[in-house]
Amino acid sequence: MSSTIHSPAVLPRLSGPSKGSESGIWIALFAITMSFAAFTSALFIREASTDWTHVAAPPVLFASTAVLLLSSLMMEASRRELDGNRASKIEEQGRRLAFVAATVLLGLTFVGGQYLAWRNLAAQGLYLATNPNSSFFYLLTGVHALHVLGGITALLYLFIQLAVQKSVGRNLLRGVVVYWHFMAALWLYLLVVICVRL
Amino acid sequence: MEEALKSQVHEHAPAQSFLGKYVFSLDHKVIGKQYYALALVSVFVGMVLSWLMRFHLVWPNAKIPGLALIAKTGAPGGIITPEYYLSLLTMHGTLMVFFVLTNAPFAGFGNYFLPIQIGAEDMAFPRFNMMSFWTTFVAFVVLITAFFIPDGPPISGWTAYAPLSAIGKDAGPGLGWGQNLWVIAIGIFCIGQLLGSLNFIATTLDLRAKGMTLMRMPISTWAWFITSSIGLLAFAVLLPACVLLLLDRMAGTSFFIPSGLVVSDRLQNHAGGSPLLWQHLFWFFGHPEVYIAILPAVGIVSHVLTNSLRKPLLSAKVIIYSMMSIGFLSWMVWGHHMFVSGMNPFSSLLFSFPTLTITIPATIITLIWLGSLYGANIQINSASFFALGFISMFVSGGVSGFFLAQPSIDIYLHATYFVVGHFHMVMGVAAIFAIFAGTYFWFPKMTGRMMNETLGMLHFWITFVGTYCIFMPFHYLGLVGNVRRYASFVDDFMPALMPLHKFITIAALTTGAAQFIFLFNLIHSRFRGKPASANPWKGTSLEWSVPSPPPWNNFGREHPVVYHDPYQYGLKGSTGDFVMQTSPEQILNE
Repeated sequence: MSSTIHSPAVLPRLSGPSKGSESGIWIALFAITMSFAAFTSALFIREASTDWTHVAAPPVLFASTAVLLLSSLMMEASRRELDGNRASKIEEQGRRLAFVAATVLLGLTFVGGQYLAWRNLAAQGLYLATNPNSSFFYLLTGVHALHVLGGITALLYLFIQLAVQKSVGRNLLRGVVVYWHFMAALWLYLLVVICVRL
Repeated sequence: MEEALKSQVHEHAPAQSFLGKYVFSLDHKVIGKQYYALALVSVFVGMVLSWLMRFHLVWPNAKIPGLALIAKTGAPGGIITPEYYLSLLTMHGTLMVFFVLTNAPFAGFGNYFLPIQIGAEDMAFPRFNMMSFWTTFVAFVVLITAFFIPDGPPISGWTAYAPLSAIGKDAGPGLGWGQNLWVIAIGIFCIGQLLGSLNFIATTLDLRAKGMTLMRMPISTWAWFITSSIGLLAFAVLLPACVLLLLDRMAGTSFFIPSGLVVSDRLQNHAGGSPLLWQHLFWFFGHPEVYIAILPAVGIVSHVLTNSLRKPLLSAKVIIYSMMSIGFLSWMVWGHHMFVSGMNPFSSLLFSFPTLTITIPATIITLIWLGSLYGANIQINSASFFALGFISMFVSGGVSGFFLAQPSIDIYLHATYFVVGHFHMVMGVAAIFAIFAGTYFWFPKMTGRMMNETLGMLHFWITFVGTYCIFMPFHYLGLVGNVRRYASFVDDFMPALMPLHKFITIAALTTGAAQFIFLFNLIHSRFRGKPASANPWKGTSLEWSVPSPPPWNNFGREHPVVYHDPYQYGLKGSTGDFVMQTSPEQILNE
C-alpha cells in the first residue's frame, strides 16, 4: 500500500493484503454449513419417531429476524463506507463508527430476542429435554446464537481497530462482512426449519 | 504478490524466550514437531495397550505386575477383567486413530513441510496454528485422564455406539465419567482439527510462492491439501455428533436413546431416540477419517518414492486426480460400516457400489507406483524400504476390502477378526509405514542430522515381517469365525485357535519391542547423528533448497521462485541427475 495511506490528511481506509482472513472465513463457512447440515439431518431422522410433536415458534423470533436483517444492512453500509475506492475524509470517521456500532447493537438485540424466545418456551414448560422438538429448538437457536456472538466479538475488534488505529485491514473487514451476512442467511434457513419442521 | 506475502506472514518476530520458542511457538516447524511428539507418545501408549490386550487373550490368568496400581477395579491383582479389556480396546483405538494416524502424517509432517514445499514463510494463521496444537494436546490430556478416575476408561469402543454410550453408568464400568471424558476429548479434538484444516487450506490457496502453480505442488502437499478439505467437513460433522451425545448423557435429551430401553434392570428415562442416528453421524465422519489417515500417507510415500527411484512416477498428475476422486467418493460410502446395523438392505447395496468404485482410483495409484519401479535406479535406504513396505501393506490390506465391501459377505465377516486384520493393515500399519518413511526421509531436514541407516534397516525388517505375522493370521481367524472384541476365547471351537493367537501375541510383543530401536535411533541421531547437508537425498522440491534445519523464516529474506514441476529426476542437470524446482535451468520437453 502506498505511503499516503498513513498521512493524517486522508484517513487510512484499508490496508494489508487482499487475502488472509477473508479466505479463512470463506473456508470456515464450509465447516459451519456442514455442522448445521449435520444437525438438520439429525432432525430429519429424529422426526420419524412417534414422540415427535410440534413447537409453535415464539412470535419474538420474527422481530429478531427483522433485527438481524437490519444489522446485515448496517454491515453492508459499513462495508461500502470503508471498502469504496474514493479517498475518505477524516470527518467521515464518526459515520463509519456509527454504522459498525449499529451493527453490533442490532446483533446484541438479536441475541436478546433469542433469549426471550427461550424464556417463552420455558414459560410453556418446554425445556431442553422435554421433547425432541424443544431439544432441537434450543439446540439450533443456541448454536446459532453462539456463532452470532463470535461475529459480535469480531465486530467489536473491528470497531476498536477503527476507533484507535483509524484503519482496518481490508481482509479483516471483508471476512467479518461475509461472516455476518452468512449468519443472517443461516438464520433465515433455521427459521424456515423451525417453522416448517418443529 | 510478494508485497502481500511480506506483510501477511511472519508478522511475528523470531521468539526469544523458551516458552515462545519451544512451547507456545507460532513457528509451523515447531508446531509440526509438537504434533509429531504427541503422536509418538500416543503411539507408544497405544502399543502398550495392545500388548496388554494380546497378553490377556492368550494368558488370561497371568498377573501383569503394576497394572493394579493404575486399574484397581479393572485389573484387581494384575488380572484384566473382561470389562477392562474393553476399556483397553477403546483407548487403543481412540489414541491410534485420532492422536496417531491423524496427528503424525497430516498435522505433524503437514505443518512442518506444507509451507516450505509451497515456498511460504509460515502458515496463513500462525496463532490459530498454535491454538490448534494446544487444543489437541488438551484433548489428549482429557482422554488420558479417563485412566485415572475410579470408574476407568469407557468400554464402548472407539466408535462409541449409542445407545449404551449415551445412558451413563448403567451400561457398565467406564460409561459414567469415563465416557463423558471421551466425548469431551473428541469434541475438543475436532475443534483443533478444524482450526488446523482451515489453516492448511488457506495457506495452500493464498501463500504459494511465485511460479508455484497448483499443479507444480509436490504430491505430498496435494495430499495434505485434499486431506484438510476432507478434515474440514468431516470434523464439522463429528463435533455436532459429540454435542448431541453429550446432551443425551448430561442434559437428559433423547437424540440417540430409544423408548423402553432397559439396561441393568432399569428402565431408562428417555424416549424416541434413534441409535442408528449416531452410527450415521459417526460414520459420515468415520469413513472420511480413514482417508484423513491414508491420503497423507499416499502423498508422503509418492514423494519419498519418486526421490528414491531417481525418476518421475509414471504420472504424478493421475495420482493427484485419483486422490481427489478418493476424497470425493469418501462422502458416499459411510453406510458400508453399517451393513449389519439393521439398515434397509437396499441402502446397503447403494453404499456397496461407491465403496467398490473407490478401489479404482486406489488401484490406479498402486499400479503407478509399481509401474514406476520398472527400470528405476532405486536407492536402498530405510526411507525407500518403508515406502515400498507401505505399498505392500496397502495392497495386502486393501484386497480384503473387496470382500468386506459386499454386504452379503460382510454380514458373515463383520464381527470377526477378518475386519480387524483388514483395517489394521490398510489403514493402521500402512499409515505407520508412511510415517516411518517420512521420518527417515525428512529427519535430516528437521534436525540437521542423519539417522543411523543400519538401525533403520533392522527396524524395517523386523517391523515388516512382524506386521505380516500379526495381521495376516487375523484374516484366517476371521474366516473361521473368531469373533472380535471378546476378552477370552474359551467356548466352542475357539480354544483350538489358541496356538495361532499365541503366535500373534509373540509377534506383537517382538514387533512392538523393535519400535524401541526406532525410538533409540530417533533420539540418538538427534544429538549424535552425522551432520546432514541441505540436500542429502538430492531432492528437487523446495524443502531441499533451504538449510537443514531451516531458519525460523524458512527462506531467509529471499522469496523463492519456482520454475519447474516438482519431480525433475533422471535428467542430466548441472548438479547431477535432477533439477530443483528453484533452479532457473531450462529443461527440454517439460
